[in-house]
Amino acid sequence: MNDWKMLTLVGEDRPGIVARVTDALYRQGWTLGEASMMRLGTNFTIMMMISGEGDPQPLLASIAEEMGLRIHLDPITGGLHHHLVPNIRVRVAGADRAGIVAQVTGALARAGFNILELDSDVAGSTERPVYIMNVEGYAQATVEDLEAAVSGLKEQGVDVGICAIETLIG
Amino acid sequence: MAVLEILTIPDARLKQVSEPVEVYDDALRAFIADLEETRRAGPAAVGIAAPQVGHFQRIVIVDCSITRKPVPNHGHLVLVNPEIADWDGFELGREGCLSVPDYTGTVIRAERIKLHARDLWGNRLELAMEGFEARALQHEVDHLDGTLFIDRVVSRRTDLFRRKVYQPEGGPQESPRRT
Repeated sequence: MNDWKMLTLVGEDRPGIVARVTDALYRQGWTLGEASMMRLGTNFTIMMMISGEGDPQPLLASIAEEMGLRIHLDPITGGLHHHLVPNIRVRVAGADRAGIVAQVTGALARAGFNILELDSDVAGSTERPVYIMNVEGYAQATVEDLEAAVSGLKEQGVDVGICAIETLIG
Repeated sequence: MAVLEILTIPDARLKQVSEPVEVYDDALRAFIADLEETRRAGPAAVGIAAPQVGHFQRIVIVDCSITRKPVPNHGHLVLVNPEIADWDGFELGREGCLSVPDYTGTVIRAERIKLHARDLWGNRLELAMEGFEARALQHEVDHLDGTLFIDRVVSRRTDLFRRKVYQPEGGPQESPRRT
């Protein structure tokens, strides 16, 4: 049992959101755990583990109002120091069309691949959008097994590159 | 021989610049034996640098013969006063460190390096390294200059990835320089 909560904030991006939110949490005695912020489109998005006493909702509601954010707060079971180190990287690029992510990740999931990090973007131009996705994860399967699992996608114009990640400890 | 205590962040001594070795004696070789025993005692480390155990001399050990998937390597190397003389190419890779427990991050390193160093007895060595071994050596030499990999971590959205994706048959060894 732990007292971590997952705080999610979404809104139009502008400078100073992280500073405003974390300062307010700090002043009320909340501490931060792992966090990931990303600008997606023109949107500010962050998910952060927070821990503290009491209910942070009233505080967060006033900041959300002030900064134009939507809030989501959930109790969670996971704590810190449970990192999994990825051993496989998958890079995907192809002309943008519906279903690329579902097809690639579906094939990988069936091969036992667990996604630990994923980010994707639409590059190219409005007329010729290109979908690009980078995934890191863990699998017991070999690179060759995973390549076989996604081999059918190449004919559909999706370039999937799979390589091992050897994490250097020094 | 003894397993030495590893300094971990935020110990300020990890920022200290180490001094060149000038005397190649039994005391040096005894220390290096302890440093090697310390490397082997921890989690599968391919390298260790003297300042990681609070000994501020320019000494590193690298052994990339132990990787899961074999990589080009020179086996077990003890390098005294290593100096990288030439760098070529850039490559992203994931690194962790005995001095930074429970954290790994992506770091840009040169793909190929040339270096010179001395061995345990003070004999001059010249080496060319590539890929994982070159990365390990750069990681360890950084320790001698008080730099940790966390000082070099880049975003997982780093441009190098995307540029590589565009290479038609671009594997992880593809250099981004021609884009």
